[in-house]
Amino acid sequence: MAVFLRQHSVRAALPRELLTTCTLSLNSRRFSVLNRPAPNYPGHVPLTRIEKAGLAIGSAVMSLLNPYRGDLIASLGEATATPYFIYRLRDAMLSDPTGRRILRDRPRLSSKTLSIDYLRSLPDNTVGWAYADWLDREGVSADTRSEVQYIDDEECAYVMQRYRECHDFFHALTGLPIVVEGEVALKAFEFANTLLPMTGLSVFALTRMKPAERKRFFTIYGPWAVKNGLGSKEVINVYWEEQFERDAGELRTELGIEKPVDLRDIRKKERARRKVERDAKKNAHNGYP
Amino acid sequence: MPSRSALRPLLRFVKLQLASSQPQRYFSSTVLKAESPSQPTNHERTTHFGFETVAEAEKEARVAGVFSNVASSYDTMNDFMSLGIHRLWKDHFVRSINPGISSTSPSTGWKMLDIAGGTGDIAFRLLDHCTNINNSPQSTITISDINPSMLAEGQKRSLQTSYANSPRLDFLVANAEHLDTVPSNSVDLYTVAFGIRNFTNKEQALREAYRVLKPGGLFACLEFSGVTNPLLDAMYKRWSFGVIPLIGQLVAADRASYQYLVESIEKFPKQQQFRDMIRDAGFMVPGKGWEDLTGGIAAIHKGIKPVEKS
Repeated sequence: MAVFLRQHSVRAALPRELLTTCTLSLNSRRFSVLNRPAPNYPGHVPLTRIEKAGLAIGSAVMSLLNPYRGDLIASLGEATATPYFIYRLRDAMLSDPTGRRILRDRPRLSSKTLSIDYLRSLPDNTVGWAYADWLDREGVSADTRSEVQYIDDEECAYVMQRYRECHDFFHALTGLPIVVEGEVALKAFEFANTLLPMTGLSVFALTRMKPAERKRFFTIYGPWAVKNGLGSKEVINVYWEEQFERDAGELRTELGIEKPVDLRDIRKKERARRKVERDAKKNAHNGYP
Repeated sequence: MPSRSALRPLLRFVKLQLASSQPQRYFSSTVLKAESPSQPTNHERTTHFGFETVAEAEKEARVAGVFSNVASSYDTMNDFMSLGIHRLWKDHFVRSINPGISSTSPSTGWKMLDIAGGTGDIAFRLLDHCTNINNSPQSTITISDINPSMLAEGQKRSLQTSYANSPRLDFLVANAEHLDTVPSNSVDLYTVAFGIRNFTNKEQALREAYRVLKPGGLFACLEFSGVTNPLLDAMYKRWSFGVIPLIGQLVAADRASYQYLVESIEKFPKQQQFRDMIRDAGFMVPGKGWEDLTGGIAAIHKGIKPVEKS
């Protein structure tokens, strides 16, 4: 939403903090879909306020109906990140020395820039090894994430892109798997930590989960996410490229994150227990012709 | 928009074929990075691809990319974009052609050619009209499209009709600008619905249409055109440029293709200019030369190939 202030005198009277937070909005002018301004970076599509609202609502509804549509989650994130939230995240990066270095260097994490073989070769207590091991265990690869399109400020677009690319590292750090349950738990953690609205909205996927999974969320993973997300340092400020050889436990302690109970383990045990119960029931039935 | 790579839909289509090897991930979005399209050099002939200027040789590949991507969600998207009105347009188009009509009963069949008819919308309507209304079971149609995915979609749809494996319907992959396998003076009816806008060289396509039609044959074109009422035009443009790419993103996961679509509508010659192009190709265009639909959002253009004076 553009905070449209016509008079320079009004702008000058505002406190500096508010100005910083709403920086770009003050510079953007209203436009219509028929005369979009030039893009601020390659791939940028400037949207009007109504379009952004439509995109946010449409993405939210459609991605709830079809959670495989990762592109809609991405666009939901971008459409809801302004006016305040992405600026807050960028300012959080600016307040931290490592964050400032990341913003200056603009490193990218993708299948092109990461050498998984090298990460696998590291000792098994390291962050890099934990990441490669998580990729292997889940059977996924270091994807190339889709590019940010709808965020107007060029620096904030990079912050969003960085957040998107770090997502798998958060997975590796916490050990949460890629099943819906794991993703929702991680999103809850990300919401408590980064405050991006999309991460909070993703928790609505709970409505699509099984009752046992929901119960696990409310008793184990939800409280874990809130406690660790709020209590830890900003995970966006981790310069992952420099942390590969570091001990994972040490990084977790430094950030203030504790590893949650292994979700795959719980699910496996749950499945085994249910199988035993089913077999017992079947055998009991067989006793009665 | 001009900086957006439109080769991405093509590469994404290729990636979809390979994607089945990877496990499905919730909440994550990954895309193959596409290379940026080449800029046309000064001495290459250029044309427009939406609002972008591209080398002529490139346009065909990029249109192919767009339509490979939209093939499966084509009809759903058409319904969303036109609020279902495209069905009324197509019904009216076919009725106004009145195919299969003849002085004999049962009629000596019409030989029809539907260009850019991939998904079969028009072709099936034409055959139904011939069979049910004009008692013309001898009428046949060839559905032609440059894009195999769209044609495959048409073949799938044809299985739901009674024409599926009959001699009345066949499919042809061909470029409308070079219909090499269609003999001259061989078809009674040449239709193109919402296709000619995407052709690299419309004049060439019109000349080919002229060539393959029999003398006395009918050329009929249904295409987006210029809205006559300024108020409706203002609303229509905002719908086109605001809502349609958004629906494309939400339903078909492809904003770029639908942005191309609305830009190509904008660039297409309007009613009078297109009628003149049809006349220039040699057709006889009776009366005003076109019929506006829904205030000019779409228009039907017709032309007759004149009988040669002996």
